[in-house]
Amino acid sequence: MADHDRTDNVMKDHKMTNSELALLSCRLREQTVDVITGAKTGHIGGDMSVMDILVMLYFRHMNISPANMDDPDRDKFVLSKGHSVESYYTVLAEKGFFDFEAYKNSFSRYGSEFIGHPHNTIPGVEMNSGSLGHGLPVCVGMALAGKMDGAPYRVFTVMGDGELAEGSVWEGAMAAGHYHLDNLCAVVDRNGLQISGRTEDVMSHEPLADRFAAFGWHVIECDGHDMDSLDAAFREAEAFRGMPSVVIAHTVKGCGSSVMEDKAAWHHKVPNAEEAAQIRADLEERKEACRHA
Amino acid sequence: MRKLPELNAAGNKIPNRQAICETLMEAAGRDRNVVALCSDSRGSASMTPFFEAFPEQSIEVGIAEQNLVGISAGLAKCGKKPYAFSPACFLSTRSYEQAKIDCAYSDTNVKLIGISGGVSYGALGMSHHSAQDIAAMSAIPNMRVYLPSDRHQTRKLIEALLEDEKCAYVRVGRNPVEDIYSEDDCPFEMDRATILADSEEYDAAIIACGEMVRPAVEAAKLLKNDGIRAAVVDMYCVKPIDREAVLTAARRAKLIVTAEEHAPFGGLGSMVSQIAAAECPRRVINLALPDAPVVTGNSREVFETYGLNAAGIAAAVRGAEEFL
Ligand SMILES: Cc1ncc(C[n+]2csc(CCOP(=O)(O)OP(=O)(O)O)c2C)c(N)n1
Repeated sequence: MADHDRTDNVMKDHKMTNSELALLSCRLREQTVDVITGAKTGHIGGDMSVMDILVMLYFRHMNISPANMDDPDRDKFVLSKGHSVESYYTVLAEKGFFDFEAYKNSFSRYGSEFIGHPHNTIPGVEMNSGSLGHGLPVCVGMALAGKMDGAPYRVFTVMGDGELAEGSVWEGAMAAGHYHLDNLCAVVDRNGLQISGRTEDVMSHEPLADRFAAFGWHVIECDGHDMDSLDAAFREAEAFRGMPSVVIAHTVKGCGSSVMEDKAAWHHKVPNAEEAAQIRADLEERKEACRHA
Repeated sequence: MRKLPELNAAGNKIPNRQAICETLMEAAGRDRNVVALCSDSRGSASMTPFFEAFPEQSIEVGIAEQNLVGISAGLAKCGKKPYAFSPACFLSTRSYEQAKIDCAYSDTNVKLIGISGGVSYGALGMSHHSAQDIAAMSAIPNMRVYLPSDRHQTRKLIEALLEDEKCAYVRVGRNPVEDIYSEDDCPFEMDRATILADSEEYDAAIIACGEMVRPAVEAAKLLKNDGIRAAVVDMYCVKPIDREAVLTAARRAKLIVTAEEHAPFGGLGSMVSQIAAAECPRRVINLALPDAPVVTGNSREVFETYGLNAAGIAAAVRGAEEFL
């Protein structure tokens, strides 16, 4: 199958325009906030920064759906920053993998299947995560298997920028470059924050693009909250031959509401009633803006 | 031997990790070689006050547990007294080889502090639980393993560790645990268990460590009401385990029950069973987490599910009545 055929094939099922995707992303943010306020737990900051990336991947670029989960040629996705499970599950529910209400009403509660990190007893989840720095090496393995079998699938992972301090990330990056895994696309949710503060203060990563390039990667930078920019980045990644691609998506932690945007304290915080109301109002406004875009 | 302590009403708000921070801050003021290292974990380690008060004695390594332990070993080799803080799950498995080679094998004075241990992280799941740390760390020659039971004992333990120059692994939980001892009455002898019993002779001995000690004491009180005399052995020093205390318990009691927040293999229960079987065979019942990912829930719910609470421990003793 020629590469552009694959893209066309994936796109066929994904008819939403970029502005429709942006609107969808706002709604899924609202739903994710509901999950977190209901469960009284959740990594809300990273959930909000990664949402647009997940929506663009699941509703435009990845060939993954409940219908093809048994197809060995389906694309593979691993959420390496597993603590963003709340948005991930909201997206999987929207894709039809399971019922959103069932997830929302049981998340993190006693006896629930929906624990606070991705778990592959849940439909749609390939690999368990939660301990940072595991996703990329596993995806290197998946991409190598694809190369061995001449399979058409592509492999995607999303990492946090704080996560990049794990040595295993760079061991994986080295191997991906070494084996020219152009069927692999890593995404960095570059929100600039981690638990203890600014990533550049805690453990600096700049010049990040140069670092990946030095490891043999094709580097693409984009605005992680602009659907056109994300779309173009993933198209470029798919078209690029001979090297793995990394999309450094510049994002804002807590994106969607002034209550939590770019605030380290909102890494793992549950909004109180007043904050939740403000977040809803802000997201409503964001939706309006999308509708008129 | 001491009498079973009177238990004060629930309400302690100070987690053991905070007691560690306070003890280390006092030491750091006296000794500039005391240094603390965190891996994006200073909030959950309660170490923010230390980092603020002693910036020159604080090192942040980012989310990099292997690096955390390797750097600590290097610091120790050059005369520093490093305390490396990271969630117990990551510290005991991700940086296991650094613990084995750079700390224990190379014999460096690194104190590994595993925070949010056991199932403290509740619904975050198995990636965040440390139910293997006792087994893993105990299997390393020259590594010591401590699970203090309350904040007062935690302070005594850290004070003792500040005085020695060998590596050790300490596991504490995330949530405050109810006091067993008090500030001016906390019996402590390094590497010796604390035996708590109301009589010289007893029917059962409950050997517990870490967060299981308080429910063990509560269970002993419940059993007393039923006319069963139970002693509690607070085995905070899981390695080197206090053999004498195990043997004393085995000689005096007809039944031993162990309780630990750990997998059923390679932990306190295994060690106690090994010692009793070799030197004073007794019926030993091991209470532990299951050999499976635990049920989703907070620690209390998890403990309740697997009988790791006062009622569960007491029930285990009563259930073995034929041995009493
Ligand atoms: C190996 C490991 N160490 C520590 C943690 C605890 N932890 C969970 S989230 C987090 C911060 C993640 O920061 P970043 O990767 O930047 O994610 P984001 O800001 O997008 O949420 C940490 C340290 C973990 N999950 N795994």
